Amino acid sequence: MGSATTPKGSEYAPGSLLTISDVPLEEVSAILAETTRIEQLPRSERAQMLAGRTVALLFYESSTRTRTSFELAAKSLGATTTLVSDKSSSIEKGESLKDTGLTLRALGAECIILRHPCSGAPFLLARMTGLPVLNAGDGMHEHPSQALLDLRTILTRLHGVAAATTARQDSLRGVTIAITGDILHSRVARSNALLLPKLGARVVLCGPEELLPETALGLGPGVEIERNFDAALERAQVVMMLRIQKERLAGLELDLADYVARYQLSSQRFTKHAASALVLHPGPMNRGVEIDGEVADGPQSAITEQVAHGLAVRSALLVRALGAGRFESVTV
Amino acid sequence: MSDVLILNGRLVDPANGIDAERDLLLRDGRVAAIEIPGVLKNVAAAETIDASGCIVAPGFIDVHVHLREPGQTYKESIATGTAAAAAGGFTSVIAMPNTVPVNDSVAGLEWMLDAARGSVVKLFAMPAATMGSMGIELSNFSALRKAGAVGFTDDGKPVLEDDVMRAALVRAARLGVPVSQHAEDTRLTGGCSMNAGPVAFRLGLRGMTVEAEARIVERDIRLLREIEKAEGLRPHLHVQHVSTARAMEAIRAAKREGLHVTCEVAPHHFTLTDEAVGNYDTHAKMNPPLRVEADRVAMVAGLMDGTADTIATDHAPHAAHEKEQEFERAPNGITGLETALGLTLRVLHRGQGMTLSRVVELMSVNPAHVVSLEGRGGLAVGNHADVVVFDPNTDWTFQATNSKSKSRNTPFNGAAMLGRVRFTICEGRIVFSN
Ligand SMILES: [Zn+2]
Repeated sequence: MGSATTPKGSEYAPGSLLTISDVPLEEVSAILAETTRIEQLPRSERAQMLAGRTVALLFYESSTRTRTSFELAAKSLGATTTLVSDKSSSIEKGESLKDTGLTLRALGAECIILRHPCSGAPFLLARMTGLPVLNAGDGMHEHPSQALLDLRTILTRLHGVAAATTARQDSLRGVTIAITGDILHSRVARSNALLLPKLGARVVLCGPEELLPETALGLGPGVEIERNFDAALERAQVVMMLRIQKERLAGLELDLADYVARYQLSSQRFTKHAASALVLHPGPMNRGVEIDGEVADGPQSAITEQVAHGLAVRSALLVRALGAGRFESVTV
Repeated sequence: MSDVLILNGRLVDPANGIDAERDLLLRDGRVAAIEIPGVLKNVAAAETIDASGCIVAPGFIDVHVHLREPGQTYKESIATGTAAAAAGGFTSVIAMPNTVPVNDSVAGLEWMLDAARGSVVKLFAMPAATMGSMGIELSNFSALRKAGAVGFTDDGKPVLEDDVMRAALVRAARLGVPVSQHAEDTRLTGGCSMNAGPVAFRLGLRGMTVEAEARIVERDIRLLREIEKAEGLRPHLHVQHVSTARAMEAIRAAKREGLHVTCEVAPHHFTLTDEAVGNYDTHAKMNPPLRVEADRVAMVAGLMDGTADTIATDHAPHAAHEKEQEFERAPNGITGLETALGLTLRVLHRGQGMTLSRVVELMSVNPAHVVSLEGRGGLAVGNHADVVVFDPNTDWTFQATNSKSKSRNTPFNGAAMLGRVRFTICEGRIVFSN
């Protein structure tokens, strides 16, 4: 057994972020600390951090939210960005991901931010180009920068700004996070379920069998499945709701009304079972489907804060990818 | 033709009940003499092989290879694929029909088997069971059989429709050849790229379930039973590359029932599990996919207890640029001819205590039976002089760059192997020596 050649960490450039499971806790801590430091820098100083550096955004899938977040982060640090998307004509028809990556490298890109419909595509791009690659969402796999921004949001809300500069094994001890919805197709759910237990959290995944198979338990220790949303809410200090795509339900033996009745975070359900819990949603939301507008806009919601944390965390990830800031001397 | 003398080896020939020191004389492409040491030592031969410390066995037979010619010779050709076979100790290979175009006609079959293709070992073929392997209209079984077909298969795809598979089994039974089935209910595997389970979930890949394989095996076994009852025929189902415990159990039960079912297991399925996919390593992408440990163990058990009849490689070469793609887009398959013996000896012989005689059964005797190859799979006097000489004790490391195949798509690059092929002799000609 185990005689197959599996890719080693050294195949990927330092500063890559392909899966959150590859990032040790000390590294998470360093990213959080650098995020706070960059956020507190004067604007002019921040704009010098990546001056003269070139970052490519390679988007095979449209995503206004993630793309804008990364793009603004890079620009605020002074980097030159170039966007290559399947909507523009810049992705040559039929050209392989490898060749597109090599072209971007030849044009001077020092780091590639990749969004791709195929799970694992960032690994391929990182192997083929040798450049640091930031996974901005790959297929049904992961969205690691989202997990980091969710972590920062949770730490800030539960323990204060100072606590959000470090990650320790017990930072989230005693905290239960319920993630509810279409877990099967959610890269946000996977990344969070892989990251949060490293800090001591329990992650309770919630949803019907069709959207949450038992194999999800394979994500690791600290992850469990609870089919009853009310029961999950009773235990949760944090509730993360996931977007339900109606077209996905169409192929399954699920009807929307039934789903909404069982799994919507309605204000009635929220008040009854988890009134003091923190509410998260990676967006974009379907108000009235997975979440009630009243809850989304209510005082327990941190949904817009997530967006702000996203910009900050992605700044630190870019600085890390390009070996700048506090990561300058780090040999990964 | 010049004589070849093989001296000082240990002859393992289960077909003739021999496992002892014997010297062999090969003459005119046939086995001319088998004698106890000393008797043949004064025979003058053009070639004398000293097989000291080695096993002398009937040449290996692979009932399942993809040679990519015609149509995709950038991946492999009949010449390069059979050179890889010779390097692996194989003296006969059976080419699958999923070439471009699909091998579904007498003209296509004859073209493939023509000496002009440059086959290094004995080449046989299973043409498509249905025209274009589309699963609708049967190919011309009797004409193809006359032209040399040793069985029929739509490999790469299943024969999905019950009535088409039933008709194929009936027609093949009348000709005395097997229908070889790629057991995959493709209605359950659309968009799937690996085994269903925790690893697929973590990687965010859609998974092929155990049911998708087992359902077709169970359906085919039911058809055998129905045909035997209704037609008084005895059809032969050969199940290709079994990968799940459930399918293996169905085959075990069918054999106990007395139905004519045979099956093959590929070395990767008794060696690796779906964990080998690692971070989307496309060299671990094949169909059927690598399964979980319990399935791997069930493949070993099936090979040990006789449920599995043969080891077949499913040698499936692909060019580097095809495997250097997103996992879900990369083609299925790995090369396998040069690693089959090394893995079998390491995992089954050393790891599980399988006797060398059983190894030879799985790689020579039984595959010859599956496709009824006359005068092969055993070394009786008068048989074809198809011989492999291998040393069963050398530990070595496989390097894909040294492969005779045109392609390098293997998860076993750098992997430990046990036992080395020293000579491969096909119809009396030395086609590989090391
Ligand atoms: Zn197949």
